Amino acid sequence: MSRPLIIDWTACEGRGLCADLLPELIGQDKWGYPQSRSGRTVLVPPELERPARKAVHLCPRLALRLEADAKTRVTG
Amino acid sequence: MTMTAMTPAQGLRMPPDGPRLFAAPNPSLAAHFATYGAIPDVTPAQLLEQVHRSGLTGRGGAGFPTATKLAAVSGKAIVVANGAEGEPASRKDVELLRRAPHLVLDGVEVAARIIGAEQAYVYLRPEVIPVVQQALAERTGGLRITVEAAAEGFVSGQETAVVSRLNSGPALPRFSRYRIFQRGVGGKATLVQNVETLAHLALIARYGGLWFTTAGTADSTGTFLTTVGSSVWEVNHGMTLRQLLTSATGQPAEEWQAVLVGGYHGTWLPLPAALDAPLSREGLELYGTRLGAGVLIPLPSTACGLEFTASIAGYLAAQSAKQCGPCQFGLPELARNLHALAEGRGGTEVIRQTAGLVEGRGACHHPDGTTRMIRSALKVFADDVRLHQHGRCLARIAEPYGGAR
Repeated sequence: MSRPLIIDWTACEGRGLCADLLPELIGQDKWGYPQSRSGRTVLVPPELERPARKAVHLCPRLALRLEADAKTRVTG
Repeated sequence: MTMTAMTPAQGLRMPPDGPRLFAAPNPSLAAHFATYGAIPDVTPAQLLEQVHRSGLTGRGGAGFPTATKLAAVSGKAIVVANGAEGEPASRKDVELLRRAPHLVLDGVEVAARIIGAEQAYVYLRPEVIPVVQQALAERTGGLRITVEAAAEGFVSGQETAVVSRLNSGPALPRFSRYRIFQRGVGGKATLVQNVETLAHLALIARYGGLWFTTAGTADSTGTFLTTVGSSVWEVNHGMTLRQLLTSATGQPAEEWQAVLVGGYHGTWLPLPAALDAPLSREGLELYGTRLGAGVLIPLPSTACGLEFTASIAGYLAAQSAKQCGPCQFGLPELARNLHALAEGRGGTEVIRQTAGLVEGRGACHHPDGTTRMIRSALKVFADDVRLHQHGRCLARIAEPYGGAR
């Protein structure tokens, strides 16, 4: 099951590490901030969980969080 | 039920005819009780049931069902009455607090009773603090209500910003893994409600959910407060734009070329095309917009929609909390490109592209609200966009021939 990768925009400074580690899912916009390739919330499939977790741990701004799965998220 | 079923001896009154929120002759507690009577002594579950039945939705802008929000909070929760009214085009919360502070405070107590809260805050613009403090001094009751001054700024009334401020932090939107109904003020479950929503709640607690639905439409029940230009009105949901604009401004509806519905984060609607739009959720849905906090800004045919939109965008860019990159960099870029467009330089494509770069990419809805307003302007003022590219402007057609600005 895919897990949402949440970006804390208040912490992110566009260092670009997540785009380096997860190029399949994340690009960078013209200001350098992470940009979801799907245009929506970044969803991490099981085969990319390892680099995704690496991105969460190595993000110099601690701006990433990998959520359990899409269904448990409270929205609204 | 007969009229005599509600006897003055119980401190109960029949609901007022006409205006609901603005029915009392003055803001005193005596006038408040003479107008509305006391709140019946019923259980929290009964109160919540009436709120469900009323169909009341939040009047702060998001329009979320109040009963659902109340049901989501439990435990030793905190109630926050939000009167920050950061929208510069909105005056309704200030007007309500000046004229009916006890209705808002009653609403705080009712909300607290429903969710079992023992502590509450009223978060207010500085100019209404004296009237609310005077109202508090007139009251007796168990609930601890603390008055807090709202910070200046467009985003200061955003729920997470209010909670941050009450936690002695900056009045800026916050990112958290928890929702504030889970962890808010002091880490406790927190209910943040707009002051107008609470005032309606105070009336529902007295007269019931069914009574509430006797005004408005099936989907948008009750009355709502609206700011038109600089005046505040209480109107029934379902009234048409034409009725409201003509009675509020005293001018014929043909004077206007467009109206911004929902404030600076709202949507431009073309006039006269949208004049018969009913002011309700389902009515405005057809026009792709919603009431938000009830702000209507009519644009005279002698004003330039592009210039006005550019100036609002400039304001909103300046109001960015500058915490989130896409908003910090994208909004000023949007404002610059809109100014260029109004001056006949540049096109709309670059604006749409930048809008796409900021949407959904922030801790709050400031970027999304801003681009909604801008995108609607590009649609509604499309003719003017073309004219401006040739150094002309629709607003100037209204002037005598040769009338240069």
